[in-house]
Amino acid sequence: MSKLFIFTFLLLSSVFAQGNTLTVGRSKAFNTIQRAVDAANAGDTVLVDYGIYKERNIIIQKSIVLKGIGFPVLDGENRFEIVSISANHATVEGFKMQHSGRSEIRDIGAIMIYNSYKVSAFNNILDDTNFGIYVQNSRNCTIKNNYITSYGKSEVQSGNGINCWKSDSLIIIGNRIKGHRDGIYFEFVTNSLVWRNISTKNIRYGIHFMFSHHDTYIANVFEENESGVAVMYTNHIRMYNNFFINNWGDAAYGILLKDISDSDISGNHFTKNTVALHMEGCSRINLYKNIFSNNGWAVKIQASCDNNDFTKNNFTGNTFDIATNGSLVLNTFNGNYWDKYEGYDLGHDHVGDVPYHPVSMYSMIIESNPAALMLFRSLIVTLLDKSEKILPGITPENLQDKIPLMRRLSL
Amino acid sequence: MIVIDDIIKRFGSLRALSGVSLTFSRGQCVALLGPNGSGKTTLIKSILGMVVPDSGTINFNGQSISDKWAYREKLGYMPQIGRYPENMTITNVINMMKDIRKDHKIKLDEELIESFGLNNMLQKKMRTLSGGTTQKVSASLAFLFNPDVLILDEPTAGLDPLASEVLKQKILKEKQNGKVIIITSHVLSELDDLITEVVYMQEGSLIFHKKLAALKEETGEEKLSNAITKIMKANHHA
Amino acid sequence: MHKIFKYVVLDIVQNKIVLIYTLLLLVISLSIFNLEDNSAKGLVSLLNIILIIIPLICIIFSTIYIYNSSEFIELLVSQPVKRKTIWLSIFAGLSSSLSFAFFVGAGIPILIYHADATGIMMITTGLFLTVVFVSIAMLAASKTRDKAKGIGLSILLWLYFSLIFDALVLFFLFQFQDYPLERIMVFMSFLNPIDLSRIQILLQMDISALMGYTGAVFREFFGTNMGVLISFIGLSCWIVVPLMISLKTFNKKDL
Repeated sequence: MSKLFIFTFLLLSSVFAQGNTLTVGRSKAFNTIQRAVDAANAGDTVLVDYGIYKERNIIIQKSIVLKGIGFPVLDGENRFEIVSISANHATVEGFKMQHSGRSEIRDIGAIMIYNSYKVSAFNNILDDTNFGIYVQNSRNCTIKNNYITSYGKSEVQSGNGINCWKSDSLIIIGNRIKGHRDGIYFEFVTNSLVWRNISTKNIRYGIHFMFSHHDTYIANVFEENESGVAVMYTNHIRMYNNFFINNWGDAAYGILLKDISDSDISGNHFTKNTVALHMEGCSRINLYKNIFSNNGWAVKIQASCDNNDFTKNNFTGNTFDIATNGSLVLNTFNGNYWDKYEGYDLGHDHVGDVPYHPVSMYSMIIESNPAALMLFRSLIVTLLDKSEKILPGITPENLQDKIPLMRRLSL
Repeated sequence: MIVIDDIIKRFGSLRALSGVSLTFSRGQCVALLGPNGSGKTTLIKSILGMVVPDSGTINFNGQSISDKWAYREKLGYMPQIGRYPENMTITNVINMMKDIRKDHKIKLDEELIESFGLNNMLQKKMRTLSGGTTQKVSASLAFLFNPDVLILDEPTAGLDPLASEVLKQKILKEKQNGKVIIITSHVLSELDDLITEVVYMQEGSLIFHKKLAALKEETGEEKLSNAITKIMKANHHA
Repeated sequence: MHKIFKYVVLDIVQNKIVLIYTLLLLVISLSIFNLEDNSAKGLVSLLNIILIIIPLICIIFSTIYIYNSSEFIELLVSQPVKRKTIWLSIFAGLSSSLSFAFFVGAGIPILIYHADATGIMMITTGLFLTVVFVSIAMLAASKTRDKAKGIGLSILLWLYFSLIFDALVLFFLFQFQDYPLERIMVFMSFLNPIDLSRIQILLQMDISALMGYTGAVFREFFGTNMGVLISFIGLSCWIVVPLMISLKTFNKKDL
């Protein structure tokens, strides 16, 4: 936090410091943005009046602030990348950028940040852009309060909302992203913060990251993305109080964790997802105080996962609480609340006296035999599940909650 | 009017009718006699179309009845044990039959309903009726549509002597109207004044079909019952 | 035809069992909708009840009714009425009164609490199931002369369609689990009207995503308009075929 504070202070001081102000507009000193930028010196501010500017690619290579008044429109005419920055301490703020170019060879988008340090993008409205904001090989950049909308039709032809590659210490706050391939995409991005973003209706994932260690995700909303959220090959992530909502679809996940380790997942809400949490090859993740409600599968945990711990989570209204594909269980599930638990509490210690087995027989059958979905909600399945509860045969005996809670946790 | 030609009916291994041929004409009142299980009821039901013969034909007014239904407009049937929807009242049943057989050309014959005194109990439900009353309803229904052919299966069984007499008078009256009447009965004594012909069956076969007068003459007996007994004895000794 | 139909309906209406059936459905559906905090969940609970209770009541009530009407049928057969008319009137009478009972007992609550595509699909399949099991009951009753045997056969048929068939499917799935079976499952579901109805209702619900999750075949087939149409043609066959066979038997039956 203190880091952030100092950073903001530095930023403000750079704006209000000695620099000059150059103005762009019909009756102003400059009639194109690029000329003003070229004329500016480090520390200057370029103020742009409202208007529609078609300047192909605006290139910023110095420490200046480029600021729009009343959201002037920068139009990429479906051919160009709109603003390219490779500088330290540069800021782009208050523009509406539309119709960026598209290319199959290279990534083109609205705000492209290359090899920079402490560059910021604030309060911009991006509409119909291929990539929205693109950060490559940069450090300590801030992407804040941008509205990024695209109208992607297929995964192959569309870009990501915020695309970060090989960067460090980024701060992504309060952006709203919609209609891209992936809402937020991280690859080799470390020590970064993703906070209060809303990523919805993207044609693949709400957020997608790989090899991005030591990142923190707080209070983001990932809703109605075609495939939900998928994160892979990463360790030491922290996810707090995020919302994974309404990712319904034939192959949609609230979140898919693949090869994630040494992480902390807490206080998240998983609501109405086909599969709320899918775990594959994950180790040493602590999952606590999460709320899984009204999902198809609350948790699908493959046998390749080990030493993960579920505790103090609420499981309510899910069709299947836990599904797994093997009999080996190396994870623990103690002290959660399960609404399907039918045990009793004679000691009145608010903990059930008999263990709860969260894996139903039918979920095991489907795992090995998907065609058995034809019998979904049939009488035979209900009877099999009941009899399995009494005399476990197929379901893993030691996948159990030894101290199931009698009452829902107030989270 | 009714020509039965060589009909055979089996129920499983049991031969209920084995090649029966008979002819019934207008103005005849036929007693269909024979011990239990001789095939009388099966024969009647075949004429009614309730039982489908395995082979042979039944012609009604020159037309085969197989798969036909309209000929039954000219039939009145009084079953041995009348069974009716339990929840219906007598009126319901009578009205239903009228409704189903609605044919404005036919003048309804409600004489029996009156003479049996059914008018006083029209609102009673069928399940509450005694066997005798149910038989009265069955008889009334059989005569109701003024049919050309009347088939009465044990008509007087269960009727009190008074009602029995009413029915006999009615049968006589209809005989005079030129109708074909087929009666099965165990009580031979009461048939004497009614019938003109006797058909005797045994084990699914026709033993004889004779005019009553001829039968009496042959046996030298005045009473039908005695005549039949004599024939049965003769058969037995032969 | 309509005259006999009228008397059959009158007779059934006087029979208290249909009234009790209507009230039972009404109590079940109202209490489910009132106890569940969200009506979508209520619909899922109702689904199981509809798929089990409706076939059971329809098949058993119809079978018993046909046997109890043997007098009535006998009476009619000796009258100038076509046998076909008698049989189809009984079928129409049973189907319409039981359908009406279902509509009042379950249909109206569904329309009050959940009048969307799912609710309407549930009502439609419920009505179809009602008629299908009346038709199957007529087949069972026409084939057996003995009342006890007939009712036994009906219960067995119900058990077959609601449990045994699915158990066999499960067995089949385990025997051949190395093969892609989804297409075969689509075909199999047509062999059981209850399965067919259940799948149609589930596909209208949110949880249909679960069915598509492991393989899209179900949704690709049943989810399209063509699939829905073919399913209902399948259900119609389940009405027509047993009815026609029973009619053929009844035409030749000795009473």
